[in-house]
Amino acid sequence: MNENKNLYGVTALFDSANEIIHAAKEVEKAGYKNFDVNTPYPVHGMDRAMGLKRSTVGFFTLFFGFSGTAFILLFAYWTMSVNYPMVIGGKPFFALPSFIPVTFETTVLLGGIATVVGILAVFFNLPSNNHPLHDTDYMCSVSNDKYGIVIEAEDPKFNENEVTELLKRLGAKKIHTVMNPGKESFPIFEGRFVVFLILVVLVVCGGTYFTLNKVLYLEPFDWMLEQDKLIPQEKSTIFTDNKGMRTTIEGTVARGYLPYPFKGQTIPTETLANPLLPTKKVLEFGKGKFLTFCSPCHGNYADGDSRLHGQFPNPPTLHSARAREFGDGMIYHIIVNGQNTMPSYETQTTSEERWAIINYIRALQRAKNAKPTDLQEVQKELGVNVK
Amino acid sequence: MEVDYSTEAAVVEGNLRLAEIDRIISRPIEERPGKKYLLALSISSSFLLIGAICVGLTFFYGVGMWGNNQPVGWAFGIVNFVFWIGIGHAGTLISAILFLLRQKWRTGVARFAEAMTIFAVMTAGLFPIIHTGRPWLAGYLTPYPNQHGLWVNLNSPLVWDVFAVSTYFTISLLFWYIGLVPDFASLRDKTISKVKKTIYSVFSLGWRHSNRHWQHYEKAYMILAGLSTPLVLSVHSIVSFDFATSILPGWHTTIFPPYFVAGAIFSGFAMVVTVLVFVRKVFDMENIITLNHLERMNKIILATGMMVGYAYGMEFFIAWYSGVQYEQFVFINRAFGPYAWAYWTMVSCNVIFPQLFWFRKIRRSVPAMFIIVILVNVGMWFERFVIIVSSLHRDFLPSSWGMFVPTLVDLGILLGSFGLFFTLVLLFAKTLPVVSISEIKAVAPGSQPSHAGNHNE
Repeated sequence: MNENKNLYGVTALFDSANEIIHAAKEVEKAGYKNFDVNTPYPVHGMDRAMGLKRSTVGFFTLFFGFSGTAFILLFAYWTMSVNYPMVIGGKPFFALPSFIPVTFETTVLLGGIATVVGILAVFFNLPSNNHPLHDTDYMCSVSNDKYGIVIEAEDPKFNENEVTELLKRLGAKKIHTVMNPGKESFPIFEGRFVVFLILVVLVVCGGTYFTLNKVLYLEPFDWMLEQDKLIPQEKSTIFTDNKGMRTTIEGTVARGYLPYPFKGQTIPTETLANPLLPTKKVLEFGKGKFLTFCSPCHGNYADGDSRLHGQFPNPPTLHSARAREFGDGMIYHIIVNGQNTMPSYETQTTSEERWAIINYIRALQRAKNAKPTDLQEVQKELGVNVK
Repeated sequence: MEVDYSTEAAVVEGNLRLAEIDRIISRPIEERPGKKYLLALSISSSFLLIGAICVGLTFFYGVGMWGNNQPVGWAFGIVNFVFWIGIGHAGTLISAILFLLRQKWRTGVARFAEAMTIFAVMTAGLFPIIHTGRPWLAGYLTPYPNQHGLWVNLNSPLVWDVFAVSTYFTISLLFWYIGLVPDFASLRDKTISKVKKTIYSVFSLGWRHSNRHWQHYEKAYMILAGLSTPLVLSVHSIVSFDFATSILPGWHTTIFPPYFVAGAIFSGFAMVVTVLVFVRKVFDMENIITLNHLERMNKIILATGMMVGYAYGMEFFIAWYSGVQYEQFVFINRAFGPYAWAYWTMVSCNVIFPQLFWFRKIRRSVPAMFIIVILVNVGMWFERFVIIVSSLHRDFLPSSWGMFVPTLVDLGILLGSFGLFFTLVLLFAKTLPVVSISEIKAVAPGSQPSHAGNHNE
């Protein structure tokens, strides 16, 4: 064992590839374990001369490459057949042949990255810029055109004089001892470093703020907010009436907007007949429309109890005898024309909606003025025996 | 000028010693840039600037600035993408396939060709992204969990493209970097500038030329070459799937993958020769990048050029043999229709002129080969133009027929892509060793042990 704690090892330089192969063989034969050969390029036959085992990098590649294969196939299965299955080109959800390109690429990608990261980080233990051999004449020579061997002080057989003697005998041109470098310290709170950190923080925060609050609202990053088109209600300079929205040409009838023949008459002599039957579907549709358009004034159950807190005069209840005696067509007429304070609901509702509302009003009227016979009807419906 | 082909030519000429190799390769990095270099850089960066302005116009006003329109929806954007991806393939072929085939001569040109791969893929990758018109949304191409609840469609050739090109770029970059690590270490130990030393130390990761490392390093290098070989074949095959999986006459052919790969290697080698002709002259590396290197590459150009020519002929044969009326129309229209000039430019540049490489004199004459490889570059660009534009401009319905005319912005972006590529190449040539120092040393005469008769010990 060596006595000098600071000694890293003894280095020797040779001039040719033949000499270094010979030297490596002899050092290995002499029983040294912690030695290394440094050459500017890989010298053929050195692995055997140094007695090195076969490299196991290949297993690393194999493992990570197949991990990539497995990962992408599982990923393809899960995304394309479980999480969001979609039929594409009539293929099955898990269309293996068309996943092959992606599978191959991922295998190569993971295998390749693992190989490089593996040799650098695991096999070489790099980065190691503070290794004792750095910045020595020895390193500069083997970087250029010399062949070097180093026997480390950690070797159990190491003895400085014996090692030097052996290397001399092998024909080394230059022999040096290399010391371990002193401990380096990395002061974190040095003024310059703190200033640098603060600058980094400011730049990152400022940049992020600027990007998120300004850049994203500038053309062309603004998600196409600015477009050369007219939006509803906008003024147009193209048409003489300056309206962006166009009205229909006179005499045309839009779908679902057939004109009402008795429009404007106060007390019509004729009215339309209700085309809808009071089915469950129609009643539910009518309920929705009633609650939207009628209930603000007429109340949720047509009692005339407005929830507008007197902003408008309350309308009469729809459960009065007069209202109950109105025909369906009359109520339709009132919805289209309006009556007293009530405005026309012609533009807000379609004719189908009006008839559905009327059916719902009829249901409400019947419920409010129920007769004992109605109870029997309900029980019949529910399948209860009538006494 | 007699050349003896019966023995393998020396990879490094002029009996250079290791230290001289070191000096020659690292000189361009250490010297200040000369007038010629700055002139070249200013020209290429001006082109780059023109391209950047045109790309800016495209982003601001939209893709309507380009000549693409119905029925030619894919034009310069995709032509340039395929062209540049193809250029990259020569680098990987030299660095990976020729490495596996134990072609020692590859060492002289491998580093440069790999760098060109990386720059070409970078240039190519820009085109699909700017073609979207909203390049900051290109992230949607990657499969990541998002609030839309959607995933990318792994059945789509366009998604295969994303995987192939990004994998190709990553692996090429890693391959290149791992080759550079020992050279960074050599430069680190050579330089006297403190700043340079810091930079080289960071990138060399503290490499010590240790044989315990070289052992794994060589193995890893071989594994990467083994991974890159099928990878490079897959990349242009997948690019060709973009066309071949469609149902368009002129695109829907099974010959596309090998045809594209051969064309990629063809165009890539032409670009490598184009650039190396200057590099070896300007940097005095005629002993490391020798005439033998150039001659070998010219032979590959000749071989791949004939493969491409075979594919052109086979396309016509299949169009006739299949009996499909639409297919036949497309090919007759290609050769005699409105874009016949592009078709015959392509045929003469790619098939006819490279035949001159049968003559040794022309193969070994630098000015002659320079003219031919420039023509090959032009021809290969037109090949992609012909495939894309001439197949699209005649739709199934004659009422939808149209013509493609490039706009100034289109041409500006094409110019800019050359500007970007050559600017990167020039910067690389002045900042990193253009030839692998450690690999050249390993193949220099007398650098390997003679084993003095005890080889099997």
